[in-house]
Amino acid sequence: MSTTTIDGTHGARAMRHLLSIDDLDRAGIERILDRAASFAEVAGREIKKVPALRGRTVVNLFYEASTRTSSSFELAAKRLSADVVSIRAATSSVTKGESLKDTIQTLTAYDPAAIVIRSPHAGAAQLVARWTDAAVVNAGDGKHEHPTQALLDVYTLRRRLGALDGKRIWIVGDVLHSRVARSDILAFARMGAEVTVSGPPTLIPRGIEALGCAIAPTLDRLAEADVVYVLRMQNERMNEAYVPSLREYATRYQVNAARLLPHQLLMHPGPVNRGVELSAEAIDSPQALIAQQVEAGVVVRMAVLYELLATGPARPSEPSLEATAEAVAAA
Amino acid sequence: MSVQRLFHASAPPAELLIRGAHALDPRGELDAPHDVLVRDGRVAEIGAPGTLPAPDGADVVEGEGLQLLPAFFDPHVHLRTPGQEHKETLATGTAAAAAGGYCGIVAMPNTDPVLDSAPLLRSLREQAEREAKVAVGFMPAITRGLAGTELTEMAELRDAGALGFTDDGRPVVSAGMLRRALQYQRLCGGVIALHEEDPSLSGHGVMHEGAVSARLGLEGIPSISESTMVARDSAIAAYEEARVHFQHLSCVESVEALAAWRAAGAHVSGEASPHHLTLTDEAVRSLDSRFKMNPPLRAEADRQALIGGLRDGTIACVATDHAPHARHEKEVPFEEAPMGVTGLETAFAVLYTELVLPGVLPLALLVERMTAGAALLDLPTPRIAVGEPANLTLVDLAAEWEVGARGYASKSANSCFEGRALRGAVRLTLAAGAVAHRAPAEVAA
Repeated sequence: MSTTTIDGTHGARAMRHLLSIDDLDRAGIERILDRAASFAEVAGREIKKVPALRGRTVVNLFYEASTRTSSSFELAAKRLSADVVSIRAATSSVTKGESLKDTIQTLTAYDPAAIVIRSPHAGAAQLVARWTDAAVVNAGDGKHEHPTQALLDVYTLRRRLGALDGKRIWIVGDVLHSRVARSDILAFARMGAEVTVSGPPTLIPRGIEALGCAIAPTLDRLAEADVVYVLRMQNERMNEAYVPSLREYATRYQVNAARLLPHQLLMHPGPVNRGVELSAEAIDSPQALIAQQVEAGVVVRMAVLYELLATGPARPSEPSLEATAEAVAAA
Repeated sequence: MSVQRLFHASAPPAELLIRGAHALDPRGELDAPHDVLVRDGRVAEIGAPGTLPAPDGADVVEGEGLQLLPAFFDPHVHLRTPGQEHKETLATGTAAAAAGGYCGIVAMPNTDPVLDSAPLLRSLREQAEREAKVAVGFMPAITRGLAGTELTEMAELRDAGALGFTDDGRPVVSAGMLRRALQYQRLCGGVIALHEEDPSLSGHGVMHEGAVSARLGLEGIPSISESTMVARDSAIAAYEEARVHFQHLSCVESVEALAAWRAAGAHVSGEASPHHLTLTDEAVRSLDSRFKMNPPLRAEADRQALIGGLRDGTIACVATDHAPHARHEKEVPFEEAPMGVTGLETAFAVLYTELVLPGVLPLALLVERMTAGAALLDLPTPRIAVGEPANLTLVDLAAEWEVGARGYASKSANSCFEGRALRGAVRLTLAAGAVAHRAPAEVAA
């Protein structure tokens, strides 16, 4: 399978941007994840680079602090041999009050093939897509979406479980403030899983069931889950009176050895608050896939960049696709 | 006469014969083709089509196939002057009003500085007398600086021409402060108009709370943020026997509260905007900041309740809440964008296209609701009647046009209807006896 899936001409529909999980149908998700799996083989070699994006530029524009997402996007682009420019808001003219539009117009002058953007505001990636010819990847926009996180989560689960059809996945914690939860609900449901969200009623947004999930106000039925996906509980939520105390939150919603059954898989998007949403035993248990999620980040993001930049109709200024695909196959 | 409360630039009084237009005055007998003669800025004669001769020097407008309506009155617009003239000025805002068929509009006080003192009101009057193409009234603030803590000098402001008072853009959070204002109303008169919102419920919300906000991860403004304040302030108004008008109602619970308090005899009234009457929060899925306003677009059940309220009179009038913003201010992520959309140039066509054409509301009722704002503020209602000042609008109901295709008379372009094909184009507007707007090449001289 590996090299034929890297050759993206089979059944691939041209996708301009990845802004939302809604941009992908099930076949599209599977195509990207299959390609990620073939990149994982490359990652096992001593020389991990493929020449697919040689001579092309990927800009990472991060308006929020991020360790794993920004570093894995950077690594993904480099392993595809792209030139990478990483910009952090704190060290750029953004802090001098430059508008997002002006920043994008400035960066567009460098003719990037892709712009990866992380923003504290919902819809920022969509706006960027309107202002540039580059392919745009949403690396998290406000509390809206984080589609590459959802893809790497599905990738990690597929490697362990095979197909997700009929699997019961519980997403536990602060769903209200979580872009990961929104993208995961959509992606897991699209792959055939039954999704339940659980958390304090103050942190479950009104109307969330419209995304295709059930709501459980307590963890009483957690035993029915095949996968327990725990969200980060941020300290400031306590000050905003969403929960009376982290102590009470942990009493009711912490996933720990007492609540986690041996057959259940445990996931978390990181960074973890040990002793709050997860106990140390749970984090360090063999059921936890947290390290695998991080590992999947690079190959899945490689596959996303490849999908956007190296498949579909060529733009005149770009190298021919056959040449690129052959180069990858030969790598 | 008493204090003057509407202001406009002086213009030569119209001398005009409108021939054969279908004249419709929802408050009178008029609903048929007529000749209407305007002399010296007043309706001088109304006759059967083809019967009135054109006097020497009068313009003749061929109105056959067109609809002649009393010009509209908007109790709620933002003219951004003083302080934000890059968004709108008295000249451009009133030009937009005239282009939309309005003869009178009321400016809100959330300017910079806030309109909360008589000297500032006097300077705005003078400015309106230089620039305004249609009549403009002013509603100064209820509280100084819109801060909600001290009353403005309401009696002096009324003497200086204030139509009424509002802290629009913000609620009067303190029930005690509102009660003082309503007690003081007995001294100075003037309607108190309220933007209803409980900040502890709306928080940092940017759109309606519901399935769409859950999907987008945007903080929601629940309907109860508005409706609990409508109920609270209706109770206070009833207790003080005061006169209160609720601005831009948006949800079913508010309409129900208003209906209940009106039935109980409280002197409370309400308005609804064209965007709340025709759009829902589904539009926000686009994350386009042109759909961001306060109160937010709500659910379909809310929209239906507003239409029902407009039909049965619970909601007395249409108000645009015309809220211009510069392009760069709106060209940012949804959460960052300022609240507000323009509305004066599209209000009639939007409501005609979305509500009258499909048979939801009769045209006469729409025209009644688009003119009723004047009486709510104790101003004369625009009429088509002999002896009345010419406040008329001539509309081509068959004409289709695309919003924004020819730009806007407003200084700003943040219309939530941009790009839509609408039916009903304003050809001519007479405001306070003078021609305020004339669509080029459509009207024979």
